[in-house]
Amino acid sequence: MRDRSRYLPLVLAALAAAAPLGAQSEVRITGAGATFPYPIYSKWVLEYTKTRPNIEINYQGIGSGGGIRQFTDRTVQFGGTDAPMSDSQVSAARGNVLHIPTVLGAVVPIYNLAGVTAQLRLTPEVLAGIFLGQITRWNDSRIAAANPAVQLPARDVIVVHRSDGSGTTYVFTDYLSKASADWARRVGRGTAVDWPVGLGGQGNPGVASTVGRTPGAVGYVELVYALQNRLARALVRNRAGNFVNATLQSTTAAAAGAVLSLPDDTDFRISITDAEGAEAYPIAAFTWILLPRQMGDATVARPLLEWLWWATHEGQRFATELGYAGLPPRVVQLVEARLRSVTLGGRAVLPPNYGAAGARRR
Amino acid sequence: MSQPVSAAAPAPRLTAEDRWKALRIVSRGDAVYRTALTAVALLLPAVLLALLAELLVNAWPAIREFGVSFLTHAVWDPVAGRYGALPLIVGTLYSSLVAMLIAVPLALGTAIFLTEFAPRPLRRPVATLIELLAAIPSVIYGLWGIFVLLPLLRDVVWPLVRPAVSWLPLFQGVFYGPSVLAGGMILAIMVLPYVTAVSREVLLAVPPAQREAALALGATRWEAVWTVILPYGRTGIVGAVMLGLGRALGETMAVTMVIGNRHEISASLIEPGYTIAAAIANEFAEAASSMHLAALFYVGLVLFVVTVAVNALARLLVWRVARGSAAGSSAA
Repeated sequence: MRDRSRYLPLVLAALAAAAPLGAQSEVRITGAGATFPYPIYSKWVLEYTKTRPNIEINYQGIGSGGGIRQFTDRTVQFGGTDAPMSDSQVSAARGNVLHIPTVLGAVVPIYNLAGVTAQLRLTPEVLAGIFLGQITRWNDSRIAAANPAVQLPARDVIVVHRSDGSGTTYVFTDYLSKASADWARRVGRGTAVDWPVGLGGQGNPGVASTVGRTPGAVGYVELVYALQNRLARALVRNRAGNFVNATLQSTTAAAAGAVLSLPDDTDFRISITDAEGAEAYPIAAFTWILLPRQMGDATVARPLLEWLWWATHEGQRFATELGYAGLPPRVVQLVEARLRSVTLGGRAVLPPNYGAAGARRR
Repeated sequence: MSQPVSAAAPAPRLTAEDRWKALRIVSRGDAVYRTALTAVALLLPAVLLALLAELLVNAWPAIREFGVSFLTHAVWDPVAGRYGALPLIVGTLYSSLVAMLIAVPLALGTAIFLTEFAPRPLRRPVATLIELLAAIPSVIYGLWGIFVLLPLLRDVVWPLVRPAVSWLPLFQGVFYGPSVLAGGMILAIMVLPYVTAVSREVLLAVPPAQREAALALGATRWEAVWTVILPYGRTGIVGAVMLGLGRALGETMAVTMVIGNRHEISASLIEPGYTIAAAIANEFAEAASSMHLAALFYVGLVLFVVTVAVNALARLLVWRVARGSAAGSSAA
């Protein structure tokens, strides 16, 4: 998913550069960042501006790191990221930032074991052991313990990870850091990490093709990518002790479980991996849009917030068809409060009752 | 290009400098023309310097933090904020070396065949086909590498040659496909057209008189090539090889798709490696911390320096070679 759209932003940017010659837009909003949500952001722009020809919104998928940098430099009006900004990044932006979750994604372990037809079950400990290089054979007793019914082959485990920096890697390593103290100490979480073992594949397709062509390989990809390409994916044991299949529903369930314990004034810079809930899939994550708390540009402020409001409400119905998990109601509620809190020159941009009555169908 | 036989011409009384001065007085337009050309000529070095300055400025935090130890440390850990580029530098040089070892004999052999031995109707079409290789985008080479070369190496070639070579230090470890060997082979195919095309032009430029003289003295065609034609063109051939090496050092996309991208130093050809260009391409977009970004700029600066050094070395080599007599009498 992330990679399928790699060249699209270039094409779109070229088109966007040519567009103003034809159409006259009064409001132009520019954003840049993560490539993972690029397809749905494009869809939201397309659908939203259909009925509002005076608004033009551009989102360029340049990567989360680039999105945070451009947002901090204020060269774009909003940023997109798969990994929340660190404390030092927030202070670099002088604290003038809001994280607005838009949709959810999940990361799934995929594997290549000829002859194994049942879906493999992986515990957090086994997953961390494999990626730490401590479990090197498929018939290891620790794997077998969770898969009593499966005849595991006596093959080497070949680990495949992303070679490019990626939000997918961030989510996966964030999960492993929670699953294993050893992992947290030796490797940690990040968009790129110092992998103890394994081969690097370029993008989701690189990982998937390496796994697909290497007997005994195990890797991790975006759920969307695994769904579209019908890859064999493992069940992962969640906090409640259930082995959960990664689906859009179990991903949304993870978010619902994670926000139960959140205070109302959360800044949303939270990890929802290893979430509570019987149905929750444990390797799930938000993707965020970054907004300034205090807007600077009066022409942009209101349309941008209205678009985001629409995206996190009506826009959510496009999520499933594009392979994203939608936000649970509780999160949408919190997002509403966040959007209402944005100010321009000391005054709230959206009216306090925005979205309550007829305003929604504006 | 020095002529083996120089015709003695009557020396002109007017020097070139005198003529130039005289011309300058005649034509005012020349001054404009000259200024314009100077500006254009200075523009390119200026771009180069601006590039260097930009790299230095952006890499500065990493240079200050890690200094020279950046070049000798092997750990690349963005999470802990520790960066060492040694595996990248070694991987870049290693994969390029493998590529040149494969590509140079092939390219030179092809160039010799096309200029000396191939039937005439075959020469132009084959040369054009080889040059077409240069027009294929590198991502296509990468895909071909993933879907054709890697499975071929892993499932067909490796099982065949394994018993014969597995005792060599160059072939230690388990072969999964993505490896320095695969990266080097892709690179070899990619630089082949450049080295072939330039070598061919160089060999074509050898005066027929040289060739005929060698044959007249009783040399076989092979002896003529080896003792006369190649030595005559060696300056150009060294240049061709260096052009290829420059390409190999900086190639990104195809290499990153087949080399395995592992931050580790291994002497084995069948183990995965990493290159500087591949690391920059892989990590730049998602480099979140400023030190990570600075480290990537630093490693880019290293690549810049390595490339400049290789080119300087090539210059030196060409100069040393050219200093010997061009018409090759030196035996191989």
